[in-house]
Amino acid sequence: MTKSTFKLTKARLPITGLASLMAAMLLLAGSPGAAANGDQPAPAAAEVKIDNFSFGPVALTVAAGTTVTWTNRDDIPHTVVSTDGAFKSKVLDTDEKFSYKFAKAGTFAYFCSIHPKMTGKVVVR
Amino acid sequence: MTGKKKNEILHDHNKDGVDRRGFLKCMSWAGTGAFCVMQGGVLKSYSLSEMSKSGSDAMPAGELSFVQISDSHMGFNKPANPDVAGTLQVAVDKINGLAKPPEFILHTGDISHLSKPEQFDTVDQILKSVPSKDVFYVPGEHDVLNDDGKSFLERYGRGSKGAGWYSFDKKGVHFIGLVNVLNLKAGGLGSLGHEQLEWMENDVKHLTHSTPIVVFAHIPLWTVYPEWGWGTDDSAQALAYLKKFGSVTVLNGHIHQTMQKVEGNVTFHTAASTAFPQPQPGKADSPGPLKVPADQLRSVLGITDVNYVQGRQALAVVDSTLA
Repeated sequence: MTKSTFKLTKARLPITGLASLMAAMLLLAGSPGAAANGDQPAPAAAEVKIDNFSFGPVALTVAAGTTVTWTNRDDIPHTVVSTDGAFKSKVLDTDEKFSYKFAKAGTFAYFCSIHPKMTGKVVVR
Repeated sequence: MTGKKKNEILHDHNKDGVDRRGFLKCMSWAGTGAFCVMQGGVLKSYSLSEMSKSGSDAMPAGELSFVQISDSHMGFNKPANPDVAGTLQVAVDKINGLAKPPEFILHTGDISHLSKPEQFDTVDQILKSVPSKDVFYVPGEHDVLNDDGKSFLERYGRGSKGAGWYSFDKKGVHFIGLVNVLNLKAGGLGSLGHEQLEWMENDVKHLTHSTPIVVFAHIPLWTVYPEWGWGTDDSAQALAYLKKFGSVTVLNGHIHQTMQKVEGNVTFHTAASTAFPQPQPGKADSPGPLKVPADQLRSVLGITDVNYVQGRQALAVVDSTLA
């Protein structure tokens, strides 16, 4: 992905529950993890961006088996830590990423352990 | 003003009309710190920059003086300040320029940006030239990123208790260094924790009411702006233990700007960062580093001295004289 696309997507839109679900599905289809040729089923992938000390989208809904990738786009390091200990990233400096595959259904709340006001959740169906 | 020679650009590596010295000069907040003097049992805080320009006669006298610096963020290299070593050096130069050397230095955390050994090494190296024998540290959240503060404790925590808290006495003043950057809970603020609070209660129990108390910790112990996490969840308990004392001063960092508040017997101060400023509470989308636009930098280059620059910028608050 080029730098300019990052900038374009940087403007945050107010999205409601249904819209965010749709956005998540769009991301699934269009994410870099999707297979280029039509023969293989695309491995499910979704993205969460960290911008301005917040996770976007704050709530992400994905199908079981989806790999979610967080990217830190702030000038300040952040972490992605699940509140029940299921997953924990190392410290993510600017532009660093963390991925986790959600195998089972459930709701996974997480936060940044450096800036605990930053919270988010992944709902796996 | 005829200071053309003084403001000459020496090394314009980036061809942007700003050399390193010019950059440091334009960063009006560069080298900020607080010069603290205990006068009749009450702590007063002054701008380090102003003090370093004063002769010994003009410096406030008292029983004890020390300097607080904070948030060096060694290793940070983003546009808000590509030279955090340089700006820390400016602060150290100002300390070394004081007509009367301070008794000791307090560093209220975020020494490093990413808890890397080489980042701590660099700060240690820069602070070596300070005449004061002692530098007292408390960790910021950036100093305990990878191992719950173990490596920080190994380096700075000699003689401390628990996760690195401690107290000491200097000339009749009781200093308490607290750690409020560990075991942070989702959705919460800074945290002291039960064990530390219990220790603190015992630590101050035997002291007479007239003992001046100075508490220092990284995240503010008063609620500056909870939306940005600028506060400590259980600080009220800590302050309750200090109610019996006539003079209590709380020194914090974390928010990269100076603020002051008086509440009863307690005076709260936050220090500026030696690395980069942060926006005033709620005045930006997030508490991320405040970038001084390059064109603004250029427009102030070579016109006049730093004081004038400070007077024209909102950043003036960062280096204003306190108390």
